[in-house]
Amino acid sequence: MDNITSLSLTELINNIKNKKISSEEVTRSFIERAEKSKTLNCYITENFESALKKAKEFDNRANFKCKLPGIPIAIKDLFCTNGIKTTAGSKILNNFFPTYESTVTQNIWNEGGILLGKLNCDEFAMGSSNETSFFGNVQSPIDKNLVPGGSSGGSASAIASNLTPITIGTDTGGSIRQPASFTGTVGLKPTYGSCSRYGIVAFASSLDQAGPMGKNVKDCALLQEIISSYDSKDSTSIDFKRNNYSELLTNNIKGKKIGIPKEYRVDGMPKEIENLWLKGIDIAKECGAKIIDISLPHTQYALPTYYIVAPAEASSNLARYDGVKYGFRSAGENLIDMYEKTRSEGFGNEVKRRIMIGTYVLSSGYYDAYYIKAQKVRKLIKNDFDEAYKEVDAILTPSTPSSAFKIGEKTNDPVSMYLNDIFTVPVNLAGLPAISIPAGLDNKGYPLGLQIIGKAFGEQNLLNIAFAMEEKINFKNTIKEWWIK
Amino acid sequence: MNKNKDQYLITRGKNTYEVVIGLEVHAQVLSNSKLFSSSPTKFGAEPNTQVSLVDAAFPGMLPVINEYCIKQAVKTGIGLKAKINHRSIFDRKNYFYADLPQGYQISQYKHPIVGEGKVVLDMPYGQIEVGIERLHLEQDAGKSIHDMDPENTLVDLNRSGVALMEIVSKPDLRSLDEVNAYVKKLRSIMRYLNTCDGNMQEGSLRADVNVSVKKKDSKKLGTRCEIKNVNSIKFMQLAIDYEANRQVDLIEEGKSIDQETRLFDTKKNMTRSMRSKEDAHDYRYFPDPDLLPLDLQDDFIAKIKAEIPELPDEKKKRFIDKFNLSPYEANIIVSDKETSEYFEQVIKNSDIKLATNWITGELFALLNEKDLEINKSPISAENLSKLMNLIKDGTISGKIAKSVFELMADGNKDPVTIVNEKGLKQQSDPKELEKLIDKVINDNPDKVKEYKSGKEKLFGFFVGQVMKVSGGKANPQLVNEILKKKLN
Repeated sequence: MDNITSLSLTELINNIKNKKISSEEVTRSFIERAEKSKTLNCYITENFESALKKAKEFDNRANFKCKLPGIPIAIKDLFCTNGIKTTAGSKILNNFFPTYESTVTQNIWNEGGILLGKLNCDEFAMGSSNETSFFGNVQSPIDKNLVPGGSSGGSASAIASNLTPITIGTDTGGSIRQPASFTGTVGLKPTYGSCSRYGIVAFASSLDQAGPMGKNVKDCALLQEIISSYDSKDSTSIDFKRNNYSELLTNNIKGKKIGIPKEYRVDGMPKEIENLWLKGIDIAKECGAKIIDISLPHTQYALPTYYIVAPAEASSNLARYDGVKYGFRSAGENLIDMYEKTRSEGFGNEVKRRIMIGTYVLSSGYYDAYYIKAQKVRKLIKNDFDEAYKEVDAILTPSTPSSAFKIGEKTNDPVSMYLNDIFTVPVNLAGLPAISIPAGLDNKGYPLGLQIIGKAFGEQNLLNIAFAMEEKINFKNTIKEWWIK
Repeated sequence: MNKNKDQYLITRGKNTYEVVIGLEVHAQVLSNSKLFSSSPTKFGAEPNTQVSLVDAAFPGMLPVINEYCIKQAVKTGIGLKAKINHRSIFDRKNYFYADLPQGYQISQYKHPIVGEGKVVLDMPYGQIEVGIERLHLEQDAGKSIHDMDPENTLVDLNRSGVALMEIVSKPDLRSLDEVNAYVKKLRSIMRYLNTCDGNMQEGSLRADVNVSVKKKDSKKLGTRCEIKNVNSIKFMQLAIDYEANRQVDLIEEGKSIDQETRLFDTKKNMTRSMRSKEDAHDYRYFPDPDLLPLDLQDDFIAKIKAEIPELPDEKKKRFIDKFNLSPYEANIIVSDKETSEYFEQVIKNSDIKLATNWITGELFALLNEKDLEINKSPISAENLSKLMNLIKDGTISGKIAKSVFELMADGNKDPVTIVNEKGLKQQSDPKELEKLIDKVINDNPDKVKEYKSGKEKLFGFFVGQVMKVSGGKANPQLVNEILKKKLN
């Protein structure tokens, strides 16, 4: 087989189960392609040798009952992997080797998955373009010098360029959906509490959620049923009935009520985004869904709320990187001097910016005006969704207010960078599941995504709607493989 | 400095000052594992051998609440007659230090698990009530060791994450004796409940002490200073005494007192400034997003309530009502759970009054001298009970009993055996005693004359002489009776 890397996860699994290809062949194909794709800078750490060894082991004692039989998978470098360097895209963890495994990745290995390597991401998942990584920016396969989005930029790029058949990212404010949208791929952010946060380098604990990123909805549904589990090691993990989402997947969404929130028509939204949204509405109708206009009145406050809550939690979560116990240390005259040097040299600018914002909003005298108020607004935003879901089964919006931009275009303008997440952050604040599916191209030929937002724990319904619409949209990524030498 | 007065006042010239004291006691929860991890909590282990990835704050590690520690805190709250809050919230207290791996301490700030309560103290001048402001749960930090390596500070994380209860009193204490009584009472309640071993040498019980002074009769509280981390009652008293006098001196000099955090130097017996209010940390407290609010159900609390044993105050009341002890006696016997149990065992088969005197007198003196806890007493409750009966039935006198007691202390021997072996039985045969008494009377005709002419005080002299010739074995009561008959 010569097109192994362009197969979907589901196709690969079938081929392996039917013994048409071996795990070793599959693994080797992805490794070979990765060797030719260094320009994209997707990998922080390659695990190729070990992956090949594991693939051979799998082939020798193949267990086809596994859901991911000998499937090589590269993952975002925010997940701690036992014995394999885990950096979170930061200099401060450049020499960090965990002695433990995140629950989400362990779930993947338990189903026969094989670790290909660790994918680049924005430093501590803070960024929307993968330009804040200590290990350099990631190139989008869509076009030269185009950002893949962020923070799961390495993951999005790797999926779009066929470097991994499926992957996982994390989404705190849009870090799965926005890069999926920018690269013409599918990304699911599950309900908060669906996937364990144990072993994931924390950014903002009340918002962080791991999720699948893939070539299509079905692949994501399959990985979601694998990574989602109740975990007593994470106090915010929720014990609810989890489906075999991929098996129960159906394109029959007749009569489903889909809400269109008027507040998402933001000022200055490009015409092509507006058109994409209208196209999405038509397709949902074609699928038999009922379109209902709804209101989410506090939407405009979501972004400022997010940029208080997330940095506040981050400023505290990142306090542990102090040079004392592990990771990078810069020698100092005394303890305070060591802290200052370590953290000044170890963190990049965006991370420092957010630590500063977070420290500020939690400071005495400002706490009530910022943090407490943000928590109240967060509650209002959640109430908006609760109200809306009395009427509708899902909500349809664009994933992002624009298509991908050029590397360097927004690095000096953090606010315009933050605006990228305007459609995605309300979902994190409300703890809801949402998926981005590719739905069209802009006039430059760059992909654009539609976001479908579901009810809490309603992943099955959400995936069904995405599955039905995906079929009708029939999106094809036009990637010219400009980076292959 | 030992001011055992009803009130602890400081006088300078015409001015008299009252000292106002509040304590924040940090009590280590008696639990085999830490507050948010399953690491053991054993004292004295090799450095860094009781540390999990959570305790050392590795990336991606998350705290999971230890239900047992919650139970212990609720139990203690009930013991302090305090309000148990159905919802409490764990907050992060953010600050950097080498022995604080997370860069924050998980504590409870605005919503503690236990609210207002009270502790009753028995003082020589009556009972006083000390208000409890709150009890909250928090993690302990690790330990920085500065003197083991010439260039580096070493960190031991064994304590990191160990559960502490911070018990905050209202500023209701007014003297060093009250501080002593308060800490001992807290310790006693927690030991009855088995929620803290109260071992101050091992650091299971420490306190931050808040001290201010005000002119006597003034209602307005003065500016307070907080003395951090004092680890014995004696040091608390020394620190308060120094600090109160320092504050009074400042006022007398017309200077103002800065609200600040101070440290007690145990070598110089003085406090010194650690940081001023301006330099106070901004801890940036906020609810820990890794932990959900702690919601306690009614039946959870009810179940714990049902497990609460008889506490010192109730036991004291029972001892007074049932055994006729004086409040003072009851107090000293119940203050230690093991002592009260020992006492109850002794009096099961012996005279209560006698046993009370012997336990609070001879036994306490013995334990004190040998520096032993009562559960290590060289004299078992059973043998002490036997000794009481030997006194009660007149087999030996109280005086002989003391020497028997001393012999018992050297190896918990049965007092009956000792009395038999040493022939210490009391002489209670009236005929034998009469012989001795006649001899004393005959040997001292002058004294007899003096006595008969009205010098009645000499009666004691005759008793003493009889006891002497009997080798201490004469039954003093009978000697009294016969002497009286013979001399009058």
